[in-house]
Amino acid sequence: MCLAVPSKIVSIDSMLMATVDVMGISRTCSLRLVPQARVGDYVLVHAGFAIQLIEEQEAAETLALFHELPGLFEDELGEDLTAEAEQRTA
Amino acid sequence: MQLSDFRDPELTKELLETLRKLCGDRTMNLMEVCGTHTVSIGRYGLRKAVPEGVKLLSGPGCPVCVTSNHDIDTAIAMARVPNVTVATFGDMVRVPGSSTTLGAQRAHGADIRVVYSPLDALEIARKEPQHNVVFIGVGFETTMPVVGASIQMAAEEGLQNYFVLSAHKRTAPALEVIANDPQTRIDGFILPGHVSTITGVEPYRFLAETYGIGGVVTGFEPVDILNGITRLAAMVVQQKPAIENAYSRGVNNNGNLTALATIKDVFEPCDAQWRGLGVIPLSGMRIAEKYRAFDALEAFEPDVEPVRETKGCRCGDVLRGRIAPDACPLFGRACNPENPVGPCMVSSEGSCAAYYRYRDTPL
Ligand code: SF4
Repeated sequence: MCLAVPSKIVSIDSMLMATVDVMGISRTCSLRLVPQARVGDYVLVHAGFAIQLIEEQEAAETLALFHELPGLFEDELGEDLTAEAEQRTA
Repeated sequence: MQLSDFRDPELTKELLETLRKLCGDRTMNLMEVCGTHTVSIGRYGLRKAVPEGVKLLSGPGCPVCVTSNHDIDTAIAMARVPNVTVATFGDMVRVPGSSTTLGAQRAHGADIRVVYSPLDALEIARKEPQHNVVFIGVGFETTMPVVGASIQMAAEEGLQNYFVLSAHKRTAPALEVIANDPQTRIDGFILPGHVSTITGVEPYRFLAETYGIGGVVTGFEPVDILNGITRLAAMVVQQKPAIENAYSRGVNNNGNLTALATIKDVFEPCDAQWRGLGVIPLSGMRIAEKYRAFDALEAFEPDVEPVRETKGCRCGDVLRGRIAPDACPLFGRACNPENPVGPCMVSSEGSCAAYYRYRDTPL
C-alpha cells in the first residue's frame, strides 16, 4: 500500500496540481508535499501526491555502489572475489 | 532512469554469490517490514534463492493487515450512519471485521466508494455537499502526510462535509515490539522504502543503538533487495549493527521535511491497537485539536459492535514473524485469496496472500 510510482512532471497547473506521465499514462497529482518540484522533474507519487523528488544522479550512484559491494567485505570474502569484481567493473 | 538495471539477472547472481560466500554456514533471521517488499521478495523468488541459513521473515508491513478488528468495525459502523458516504482505499473493502465487511455493507445499500487518493474523496465532498464524506485513513508514514494534506485543503476551502477516520500507524514503535519479542530473534531489518521517504533514517537508530539490530533502508527491485540483504549479512558477520540507507534514489536521510511538517500540523501521537501486536503506546496518530472538526469519530460517534476475533486465523503470529503463513493450518485450505479468512490473505500485500500467490515461483 506504500507503493509509490516514479512519474515525470509534464505541466504544473494551478493550486500545486500537476499533470504527470506514469509510464506513458497521463495522471494528475498534487505537488503540495514536494513544492520545489519543476516541470521535467521525476517524482515518486503515492495516492495522488508526489512525495519525493528523484535525482537521476542518485539512481546512477546507487548502481555504482552495487558494483563496489564485494570490495566492502574483503576480509570475509578473501582476495579472489574482490579481484574478480574489480575486473568486471573495470 | 534505467530501472531495468535494478533487475539485471547478472547482478542478481553476483549478489547471491557474494551473499553465499559472506554467510558461509551461518544462520540469521532477517525481517522485511513493508508489504511491497513482501510482494517483491515473493515475485522474484528471493526467499528460496538466498543461502539456506538466511531466513527471510515477513513482519507487520501491510497497513490493512495490522488494522485491528475494532478499527475495521468502526469503519463499517461509519457506513451505517445516515447520510455518510465512506471513501476508502480498495484494500479495506474485503477485510473482515467482527461480523461483516465494508463490501457486504455496500451490497446492502451502504454508500461506500473506492478511491485511489484522498483527493478523490475531497472531490466527492465538493461535488456532493448533501453527503458527509468520511475517508478511512489507514496507512503508515507514507500515507499520513497525504491524508493530512487533504485535511489541510478541506480547512483552507472551508469544506464542512469532509471527515477522516484516522487509524494510521507509525512504523518504528512496532519494530521495537518485535525487537523485544522473546519468541523471535531478529538479526537485521530490511527497512521500508517509502515510509523512509517521509521519515528519513533517524527514527530507526534505536534499533542498532539499543537492541544491537542493524537495518538497511531498501528499494523494491531484486538488486535493491539483495543489496540490502547482503549489507545486513555483512553487519551480522562483522558484528557491527548500523542503520544504512541503500535507497538514496527514493530516500533522503532526513526524510521529506514538508511532509513531516504536514503530519505534525494535522496529527498527534496516541496509543493504538495493532492486530497481533496489541496496544503500542504512541504508535497511532489521531487528528489534532486544531483540526478536530474534520475528525469523523468526533463528528459521528458511530455505534461500534463488540469485537470478536476470527477463529483459527493466525494473522497475529504471522504479523509478528513468529510463524510463516504456510504454518497456519488454514493456509491454502479453508483460507485462500478467493475465500480469505483473515486480513493477511485479503490484502494483496498481506504476507499470506503473497506467500500463496508466489508459492511456486523460481528465481
Ligand atoms: S492463512 Fe488465512 S487464516 Fe491463516 S493466518 Fe493467514 S489469513 Fe489468517
